[in-house]
Amino acid sequence: MDILEYSRLVFSDYTLRTITLGTAVLGGVTGMLGSFAVLRKQSLLGDAISHAALPGIALAFLITGSKDTNVLLIGALLSGLIGTFWIRGITTKTHLKSDTALGLVLSVFFGFGMLLLTFIQKQPNANQAGLDKYLFGQAATLVESDVWLMSVVTGLCLLVLLLFWKEFKILLFDKDYAHTLGFNTKFIDVLITSFIVLAIVLGLQTVGVVLMSAMLLAPAAAARQWTNSLGVMVLLAAILGASAGVFGTAISSTQNNLSTGPVIVLVASVFVLFSFIFSPKRGLLFRQIRLIKNRNDLEFQKTLTFMYHIVEDHEDVFHPHAIKILNNFQGYSRKGLRQLISKNYVTVNGEMWNLTPEGVEAATNMYNQNLKDD
Amino acid sequence: MTSAQIEIQLIASLVAVACAIPGTFLVLRKMAMISDAISHSILPGIVVGFFITQDLNSPLLILLAALTGVLTVVLVEKIQQTKLVKEDTAIGLVFPALFSIGVIMIAKYANDVHLDIDAVLLGELAFTPFDRLFYNGTDLGPKSLWVIGTILLVTLALLFAFYKELKMSTFDAGLATSLGFSPAIIHYGLMSVASITTVGAFDAVGAILVVALMIAPAAAAYLLTTNLTKMIVLACFFGVFSAIAGYWFANYLDASIAGSIATMLGLVFLVVYLFAPSKGLIAVLYRERQQRIEVSLITFILHLKNHNETRERHVNHLNEHINWQKVRSKTVLNLAVKNNFVTIDNNIVSLTEKGNEFTTKAINYIVTNEDAQIEDMKKDFFLFRG
Repeated sequence: MDILEYSRLVFSDYTLRTITLGTAVLGGVTGMLGSFAVLRKQSLLGDAISHAALPGIALAFLITGSKDTNVLLIGALLSGLIGTFWIRGITTKTHLKSDTALGLVLSVFFGFGMLLLTFIQKQPNANQAGLDKYLFGQAATLVESDVWLMSVVTGLCLLVLLLFWKEFKILLFDKDYAHTLGFNTKFIDVLITSFIVLAIVLGLQTVGVVLMSAMLLAPAAAARQWTNSLGVMVLLAAILGASAGVFGTAISSTQNNLSTGPVIVLVASVFVLFSFIFSPKRGLLFRQIRLIKNRNDLEFQKTLTFMYHIVEDHEDVFHPHAIKILNNFQGYSRKGLRQLISKNYVTVNGEMWNLTPEGVEAATNMYNQNLKDD
Repeated sequence: MTSAQIEIQLIASLVAVACAIPGTFLVLRKMAMISDAISHSILPGIVVGFFITQDLNSPLLILLAALTGVLTVVLVEKIQQTKLVKEDTAIGLVFPALFSIGVIMIAKYANDVHLDIDAVLLGELAFTPFDRLFYNGTDLGPKSLWVIGTILLVTLALLFAFYKELKMSTFDAGLATSLGFSPAIIHYGLMSVASITTVGAFDAVGAILVVALMIAPAAAAYLLTTNLTKMIVLACFFGVFSAIAGYWFANYLDASIAGSIATMLGLVFLVVYLFAPSKGLIAVLYRERQQRIEVSLITFILHLKNHNETRERHVNHLNEHINWQKVRSKTVLNLAVKNNFVTIDNNIVSLTEKGNEFTTKAINYIVTNEDAQIEDMKKDFFLFRG
């Protein structure tokens, strides 16, 4: 299938439309909530939660014997929440740090989940096949009701976000202040963490346990580079997440043998890379350009000051001097001199230079400013 | 026990020890999540190595994959240095990207060869005895045993050679640097060992179990001791214990050995987390309760010292005035009586001589802002703690 055929089919073909919509909605909701995870320095929590959800899926199947997505996701939600609160218990009640708690819960829960999955596979019950799609996700298994579920959760999430916007914001940036203002910080904390768990669990079917954390982080990390406002960041992250979903699905469906999850993650990673380099305020490229420009400005000013120091002892400040003496000065370059001439601070006659009245004025002003700053 | 069973347990135990040693330092250096990142991002290295060597146990593949692991660490550090995102976000961005590349490479080019992602994530310990190493026709034992044995020997040699440097740079990086131990060399050395161990172990036990074997035993040991040597030994012991117990549990359930070992590790940690003396959850909760009651007691006797009038010292008045619940005031009163701080006469509480002395000293400490001294003083005065 090539791109043209894809774009024609995406509106008419049921499967393709469902998958595209599903990944877009998923990208949107994870991007939105991921912004909070990134800003709360809980980026890796998503990784831990998604792994911790696995035993819940297996246990839900073992207990109910049903393979209904909703039942399995409730199991995943419960086990994800247990994992989250155990992580919190470990970090608050013992001296173990959060990275240890995260790694521990992640690996142990995942190992337990795999134990259960392999145990289920050995059962005579033939109904068990397909549980391991939750490991890497299979976007192709999405059906319309899954997309509806995602949309409902996204709507709910949006509603809660709007209702508690000010609480979330204040908790994010100044927890102690929020506490002194009388907000129930514990409740808000639990609320936002639960929604993050919910979003992760929703994505398990599409991108799988292993790659879910990137869906949470990447759009938010990319959006963070373009803005300093929380509202804009959340919106932008949602848009980036949704487009990563759409583009990822498009690319993976135009090629054979490409699973959707990893492609979506790679597309999101490209977004991050692009933002890191090209964002106008924080990006690496413009930062480097600014650095070079500042360096040039500084050298320009230093050269002018040096010249001024030479002439200021003379009775006539406009008296010409040899260009040669400038060579003693490290910051001097022909380019710098040309710049000074073009700004009309200096005139050059043969091998001699002298400052113009504008040059003297600029140099004295600069000197005064330096004094003021000290 | 058949010889295959013994070999599996031997391999599992060796992996456990080989993981516990670097794991201890990762936990102490607050870099536990790096092991998770490494274990995922070695996948593209393994795939490329597999295309070249066509053998999952070849040293070249292990080196290539370990290089990817170190590359992950470098990438994370580079991203962090740009100050665009925090360290944890950097980790979370790098490894899914590399892992995705690995998954796509397997799906596109290696679909028909013996290399699937489940095996990478989980390993298959049960099959390790069948892949044997032959030299001139004689059977030298399973290949994985040789691979992990070599890695363990190198790790042990490095540990003994650089124990002092590792210890110093882990607990006081500044001092270590000023004494001339390069922090970069130790850091990347540790990362290389962690990467090589992860790669060497992944074939046998899978990427996730490597993380569990690195972090869980060290975390459990850290709750039991504050001595580095003891911590390493304990971590190795927990690792080996879980490996063997996990093997038999899996044998009983007929399920994944790796998953079962991880479950055992989780159980071991849970038990230690709950029952560790002085640092376990129960000990911490008990201590918090004790401190709460003792603080209440001090508040209470300070109140008594301030008031001579009987109205303020009536038992019922305590409930109303200090606003304590009935049970709490009862506990505090009982403790005070047991310790001979107060006497109760006709429901009127009054300080004893000992109580008076304690209170005077306590007030002195509080006035001079040396509240911490009260904790030491408690040892001299208290017969029963709260």
